[in-house]
Amino acid sequence: MTTARDLLEETASQTAGPFVHIGCIPTFAGVEGVFPEDLGLSPIRDDAKGERLTIRGAIFDGTGWPLRDAMLESWQADAAGLFPGQEGADPGVGGFCRFAADRETGEFTLKTVRPGRVALRDGRMQAPHISLWIVARGINTGLQTRIYFEDEDNTADPLLSRIEQRPRVQTLIAKRTGAGEFRFDIRLQGEGETVFLDL
Amino acid sequence: MTDAPLMPRRRELHPVAHDPDYKTSVTRSPNLPLLSMESTPSEETGPRFGHSLIGALDNNLILNFSRGTAPAIGERIRIFGRVLDETGRPVPETLVEIWQANAGGRYRHVKDTYFAPLDPNFGGCGRTLTDAEGRYEFLTIRPGAYPWPNRANDWRPMHVHFSVFGHAFGQRLITQMYFEGDPLIERCPIVHTVRDRGQIDRLVASLDLQNSRAMDFLAYRFDIVLRGRRQTMFENRPEGM
Repeated sequence: MTTARDLLEETASQTAGPFVHIGCIPTFAGVEGVFPEDLGLSPIRDDAKGERLTIRGAIFDGTGWPLRDAMLESWQADAAGLFPGQEGADPGVGGFCRFAADRETGEFTLKTVRPGRVALRDGRMQAPHISLWIVARGINTGLQTRIYFEDEDNTADPLLSRIEQRPRVQTLIAKRTGAGEFRFDIRLQGEGETVFLDL
Repeated sequence: MTDAPLMPRRRELHPVAHDPDYKTSVTRSPNLPLLSMESTPSEETGPRFGHSLIGALDNNLILNFSRGTAPAIGERIRIFGRVLDETGRPVPETLVEIWQANAGGRYRHVKDTYFAPLDPNFGGCGRTLTDAEGRYEFLTIRPGAYPWPNRANDWRPMHVHFSVFGHAFGQRLITQMYFEGDPLIERCPIVHTVRDRGQIDRLVASLDLQNSRAMDFLAYRFDIVLRGRRQTMFENRPEGM
């Protein structure tokens, strides 16, 4: 029906490997002094508008063992649902953060503001969420997922609505552990496997 | 156009997630299918980094760890190329980061215990922004091969890790660049998580004598292609039309 367009092929992914920190979070690897500071230390400045959140979690492999060498990146909208660079976006929100799993415990921490709702092209509203990208030794193509929040109305979210097995929706919902504090664990494989995305 | 939907990833061109020959992937690969959907603003937007981020030696790994006082030891090379998207358009002003082992195959990382020595003048990381035509370059030393605990006698080919942002979070890519003619490429289980032969070949940088500098450095060319955006817009078209 259609003729193939003349497109290039995307470069193939390869694992980030166990030493990803050297390039992406050098001080975490013990490489000091090349850059003034690591990139993406915080997604917000002190003057960012909105509710402060602390999200803690860990990434578990198929045996239930936490990854101690993973690197995560997050990307999100500001409290009003605008992304950096969009008209009217909060200049205090950079939106991007890089963080590593602790090399002893595997725990990670993301301190940010609660994102607002973002509309799709067709007008449907997405529930507040933070996009995550996870790379590590043994992960051949970075894994995409999202953090949603249990104290939000997630019922009409277009992405969550596409998950056929309804109990799996819970794998994308951070659980409230205190005022402004949430827990979001990621299970790469097996029981309670996190929903990973292709979009 | 910048906010147009991203083209779906052609997963068959990428590595398989689960490959018993790359043992760590066995417990770190999802069993269940990925949830596919058209991209949303969360994937179509992404962080942008300005020139103020980049220092004068950031893309010179021969000098950036010693702050220019003494060069790293090894085969001096220039790595250069272009970042394009699937439609063939250059991706300008995007951040490219690299990291690598030193000439002996040793990484400057608290977790690397290989007994090849560290080079006191080599850190192993660099970064740059592409120019208006999507071009980038690094000056570095050629990394050594190194052994790793996978099968009993596995050695990684010489390689440089690349991280590229593009202009959308959904374009985010980490990959590895290999060197033309390295016999370890054919034997490496990480390379061969990519099943498509043509895709493997595109991870191998070619020697480019024309862009080398006599009595100074050899050059290797490595072009990178990121996901593109759809060019036709029928966003609110009812299904089936």
